[in-house]
Amino acid sequence: MGFFIAQLLTGLANAGALFMVASGLSLIFGVTRIVNFAHGSFYMLGAYVGYSLMQVLPGAVGFWASILLAGVIVGLIGVIVEICVLRPVYRAPELFQLVATFGVILVIQDLTLMTWGAEDVLGPRAPGLTGVVRIMGEPVPKYDLALLVITPFVALGLWYLITRTRVGVLVRAATQDREMVGALGVNQSWLFTGVFFLGCALAGLGGALQLPKGGADLLMDFNILTAVFVVVVIGGMGSLPGAYLAAVLISVLGVFGVTYMPQSTLVLMFVIMVLVLMIRPYGLFGRPEVAGEHGQVGEPERPIKPAGLRARMIVAAGLAVLALMPVYGSSFALVLATDILIFCLFAASLHFILGLGGLVSFGHAAFFGGGAYVAALLVTYADTPMELALLLAPLGAGMAAIIIGWVCLRLTGVYFAMLTLAFSQLLWSLVFQWGEVTRGDDGLVNIWPSAWASGTTVYFYLSLVICTGGILFLRHAAHAPFGYALRAARDSARQAEATGIDTKRVQWAAFALAGAMAGVAGGLFVFSKGSVFPNELEIARSFDALIVVFLGGVKTLAGGVVGGVALEGVKDILTRFEYWRLALGVLIILVVIVAPDGLVGTARKLAERWGILRGAEDSK
Amino acid sequence: MLEIASVNSFYGKAHVLSDLSFTVQRGQVAALLGRNGAGKSTTMKSIMQLVVPRSGQVRFMDRDLVGLAPHRVAKMGLGYVPEDRRIFTDLTVLENLEVGRQPAREGTVTWTRDMLFDLFPNLAERRNNRGKEMSGGEQQMLTIARTLMGNPSFVLLDEPSEGIAPVIVEQMARVILQLKSEGLTVLLSEQNLHFARAVADVAVIIEGGAQKFHGTLAELNAQPEIRDAYLSV
Repeated sequence: MGFFIAQLLTGLANAGALFMVASGLSLIFGVTRIVNFAHGSFYMLGAYVGYSLMQVLPGAVGFWASILLAGVIVGLIGVIVEICVLRPVYRAPELFQLVATFGVILVIQDLTLMTWGAEDVLGPRAPGLTGVVRIMGEPVPKYDLALLVITPFVALGLWYLITRTRVGVLVRAATQDREMVGALGVNQSWLFTGVFFLGCALAGLGGALQLPKGGADLLMDFNILTAVFVVVVIGGMGSLPGAYLAAVLISVLGVFGVTYMPQSTLVLMFVIMVLVLMIRPYGLFGRPEVAGEHGQVGEPERPIKPAGLRARMIVAAGLAVLALMPVYGSSFALVLATDILIFCLFAASLHFILGLGGLVSFGHAAFFGGGAYVAALLVTYADTPMELALLLAPLGAGMAAIIIGWVCLRLTGVYFAMLTLAFSQLLWSLVFQWGEVTRGDDGLVNIWPSAWASGTTVYFYLSLVICTGGILFLRHAAHAPFGYALRAARDSARQAEATGIDTKRVQWAAFALAGAMAGVAGGLFVFSKGSVFPNELEIARSFDALIVVFLGGVKTLAGGVVGGVALEGVKDILTRFEYWRLALGVLIILVVIVAPDGLVGTARKLAERWGILRGAEDSK
Repeated sequence: MLEIASVNSFYGKAHVLSDLSFTVQRGQVAALLGRNGAGKSTTMKSIMQLVVPRSGQVRFMDRDLVGLAPHRVAKMGLGYVPEDRRIFTDLTVLENLEVGRQPAREGTVTWTRDMLFDLFPNLAERRNNRGKEMSGGEQQMLTIARTLMGNPSFVLLDEPSEGIAPVIVEQMARVILQLKSEGLTVLLSEQNLHFARAVADVAVIIEGGAQKFHGTLAELNAQPEIRDAYLSV
C-alpha cells in the first residue's frame, strides 16, 4: 500500500511540468489557431535558462527566483518569436505555420547547443528540499511533494485568469471569433502576443521546475513534445481541466508502467490515447472543430493539369541526365542520387494525401520506417530475398496505413495531424522498446541487396526505375477519377458527399496508397543503407517529408519531387557546417515568410508575371 | 459625419462595390437599402475595414479610415453590429458585454450594463446564460448591447430585423429610435422597406454595389418607380 501511494505521488509530481507545457500549448492554439511545435523547445530553454540563473542566484530564494525568472525570460523569447516569425503567417494556411514553428525548433536547438554545449546539464538540488520523506515506510523525495503543492496552484491561477478576468474573457472570445473581437475595439495583435508570452512562460516554468528531477539536455524538446500532444489530445484541445486530468493520467500511468511493465511504458501512453479517442474523438473535455469556422481565407486552389508537351520534355531530359549519371558521376554522387530518389518518392507519397487530399499527416514516417522495418525483419528472421522483401514492404506499410487511417480519419484538421503523429510515435516506441525482436536502438544491420543488385550503379538504376515509376503512378492517380474524387473531398467534403462520393472511403484509400508508396521508399532505403534504426520512424523524419512538400509547394504537383531534391541538396551542403540546424531553420522560416507558395509555386508565379507561362485566367 | 467617396471593394477577384458614394449626417438614422447581394454587408464591412477597399475614401469625423485596423476604427467611435450576430456563444451575456466594453468617450452616451438591461429587459433575466442558450431575437439584442458597451457615437447595424419574430422587430425599431434620441448616428442596412420607413430619416439604395438613390424617405415615397426597380416589395 505504501509503495502504491508513493508511486501515485511521484506520478502526480511528474504531471506538473507536463501540465504546464500542455496548458501553454492549448492556450496558444485556442487563440491563435497555431499548433506551436516549438513548445517543447521553450520547455527546454526554461530548463537551461533556469540552470544558468541558479548558478548566479544563491540560496533558497535564488532557487525559486531563478525558476520564476526563467519563466519570464522564456516568455519574452516567445514574444520575439511571435513577432518575428508568426505575425507574418497568421493568415497563411495551417501547414505554413507548422513548418515555421518547426524552423523555430531547429534554430533553438542550435542556439542552445552554442550557448550551453552538448553535455547534459545536471540540475541543482532545491535548497531545503533535498531529502526524502517516509510515507508509510516508502521514501518520497521532498521536492516531489513541493511540486505536488505547486502544480495545483499554477492550475488554479490559470483557471482564475481565464474564467474571472477581463483578459480571460477576451482570450475566450478570441478563441471563438477573433475578427469580431477586433471589430469591438480590441487590438488582437497584442492579445496574440500576450497569449504567446503566457503560453511560453508556462513552458519555461515547467522546464525550470523539473530541473532538480531531470536536469537539462538537448533532447528534451522532442521528448516532451510527444507526451504533450498525447495529453492535449486526450484532454481536449483548449481545455485546461482536460490538460490537467490527462497530464495526471499519463504521468501516473507512466510511473506505474515503469514498475510493472518496463518494456512498454511508451506504448502504454499511446494505447490509452487511442482508447480515449475511440470513445471521445475530441478528447475528454474537447469540442468538435467546426470546419471553416475561422474562415481561413487563401487563394483558391488552382486546377491541376496533366503535364504539357514542354513539361514532359523537360522531365524526359531530366531522366536522361539521371540515367546517364553512372557515366559521368562519381560513386559518391550515385549514392547521393539514390538517396534523393528514395526521398522524392517518400515526399511524393506525402504530397499525394497532403496536397491533393488536404490531409495534413504528421506521422508519414510511420510508413517509410514501417516499410523499412518490414523488409529488414523479413531479411533478418526469414532470410527473405530482396525482391520479395521489396514487394512485402509496401504491403506491410499499406496495411498499417489502412489501420491507422481508419482511426485517424474519424477526425479532421489539427486533431488528424496530431493523431497521425501519435501513431507514428507509437510505432517508433514499439520498435524502440521491443528489443528482442527489433534490437531497439542498435537497429537491424546486414540487410544487403541480392547479389545482382549489390553494385552501386545497379542499385541506382533499380531505385531510379522504381521511384520514377512510383511517382508517375501517383501523378497518374491524381488525374484519374479517384484523384478527382480526392480533390473534391478536399475542397468541399459536403458538396462531394452530395454528388455521391464517399469522401471518407476515398480519403482512406488515398491514405493507404500513400502509406504503401512510402513503404516502397522505405524498402528501397533499407537495402541501400544495409541497416535500419528506429530514427527512420521518428518525428524528425516525418517533418523532413512535410518540409519537403512545403518547400516544393503544396499546391503544385511537382512540389514533392522538387522539394525533395532541394532539401537533400541543401542538407548535403549545410550538414558540413557545425550549426547546420540553425541555418536550415532560418532558411525554412524565410521561405515560409518570403515564398509561401514554395519553390515550384513561386517559380510559376514569377514565370507568369514575366510572361514565360500563361496565367491561370488566360488559359481558361 | 460619415462620408463614403468612390469606394471600390473586392472579394478576391469579385468586384462588389463600384464607386459607391454617400454621406450620413450627424444625428441621422440612414437606411441602406437593396436586394440580396446588392453589397449592403460589404458596405458595412468596408466602413469597418473588415474588408479593405481597394480605392476610394471612407471619411469618419474628417479622418480617412481606409487601411486602418478594425480595432482602431472601433476606437474612433464606430460601433459595428454584424448581420450574422456573431455573439460569443460560449460566453455568458455579461461576458459578451465585457468584450465590448471600452472607456467612456467624449460627446456620446456612456453605457452601463444597467442602462442596457433597461433597454433590453430580456437580457437582464438571462445575464448568466451562455450565448448559445438564447433565442435568435435575444442574440440580436445582445449583439447590439455588446456594441453599445463600446460607447460608439455612430452605429452600423447590419440587417437588424433579419430572421427575428415580428414582435421583436417592433422592439428593435423602438431601440433604434431611442438611440437616435440619445444623439447617436445610425446606418442600418435593410431589405425590409417597411422597417426602414418606421425608423429612418434618409435612405440610400444600392444595386450591384453602386448607389442608385440617395434622399429622404419622403422623397423615396414620392418615387415609387425607384422602389419598384431596386427593392423587392
